[in-house]
Amino acid sequence: MNTVFAAVSRSLVSRTLGVALLAGVSLSAVAQTRVEDPWVRATVAGQPSSGAFMRITADTDSTLLSVTSPVAKDVQIHEMSMTNDVMRMGPVDAVPLPAGKTVALDPDGYHVMLMGLNGQIKEGDQVPLTLTVKNAKGETEVLNVSAPARAAMDMSHDHGMTH
Amino acid sequence: MNEFLTRRQVVTGMGLLGLGLLAGCDGSTTALDFKYGKDLSNKIMGRTFKLTDTDGEVKTLSSYRGLMPMVFFGFTQCPAVCPTALARAAQIRKMMGEDGKTLQVIFITVDPERDTPQVLDAYVKQFDPTFVALRGTLEETAHVAKEFGVFYEKVPAGNTYTMSHTATSFVFDSRGNLRLGLSPSLSAKQCAEDLLTVMEVC
Repeated sequence: MNTVFAAVSRSLVSRTLGVALLAGVSLSAVAQTRVEDPWVRATVAGQPSSGAFMRITADTDSTLLSVTSPVAKDVQIHEMSMTNDVMRMGPVDAVPLPAGKTVALDPDGYHVMLMGLNGQIKEGDQVPLTLTVKNAKGETEVLNVSAPARAAMDMSHDHGMTH
Repeated sequence: MNEFLTRRQVVTGMGLLGLGLLAGCDGSTTALDFKYGKDLSNKIMGRTFKLTDTDGEVKTLSSYRGLMPMVFFGFTQCPAVCPTALARAAQIRKMMGEDGKTLQVIFITVDPERDTPQVLDAYVKQFDPTFVALRGTLEETAHVAKEFGVFYEKVPAGNTYTMSHTATSFVFDSRGNLRLGLSPSLSAKQCAEDLLTVMEVC
């Protein structure tokens, strides 16, 4: 990340020092992909899969390539869509993360599917997730996130469906 | 049957307003005016089902006579719309207070190959201990889905599969007439208002 920051800063310095300083400060704060409010839905005994949700913001046009987790044998990214009350679900290869735009992985759209769970995920468990993101320059960034498990009944994070 | 006849007799002695309100109870399909949901009173669909509950007992629509059944089709490995709909149903039931006790939430699996009775039972009861889950053979599942006009299909996902399916909640009145279709986009409060309309009729 430092390399990217330095390169961008230098190009700005060549224009005006003041702008470079201001931009440098803000860049250093966002010069990476941010993951906010990650959570996983708790499961009942014997339930072999669950969903993980979060909000992702990348500073350059990036792509979420994959997610892995030690709690599941197979982790996929799925997209849900609703047309005339028919819910359609299916795997996607990647999720576009446009620069500066917060992309929600929530029950209304993209989400991470934890399939082939190694055990029950109980409320309050911390589920490690590793996200691989590729930025506009083709550089790969690996983000480690700990997502708390929330009760299936907890609707406080199911935005949209309950408006 | 006795209760049915008694109601008829009551209707005969009542004014027009009463007649209108009770008309649905004699099995006729008087259209209802719902604020949010879709009126299904005149649809030839969802007439009954014959499936097995998680204790292995065969259940039909008449097993829930006197209650207001609300049927939702889904599968336990569904990450989004199913838990959202069941959590909403639990919220509706609480919101309706005493009236909510007549609401019988029935979850019908469209994935009987993977949804065992044990997982189904634990799954629905985490939302509300009164919820029941029903399951059929592949043929029975196809039959009940067709009866309700419910679409479902397996979608390949790696070396396993996920599923697409209709996400409507179907509500019957206490006499077993299909009345109302609730979209997953509606709030618990909106659903509760329409459910009270069903209860006013029958």
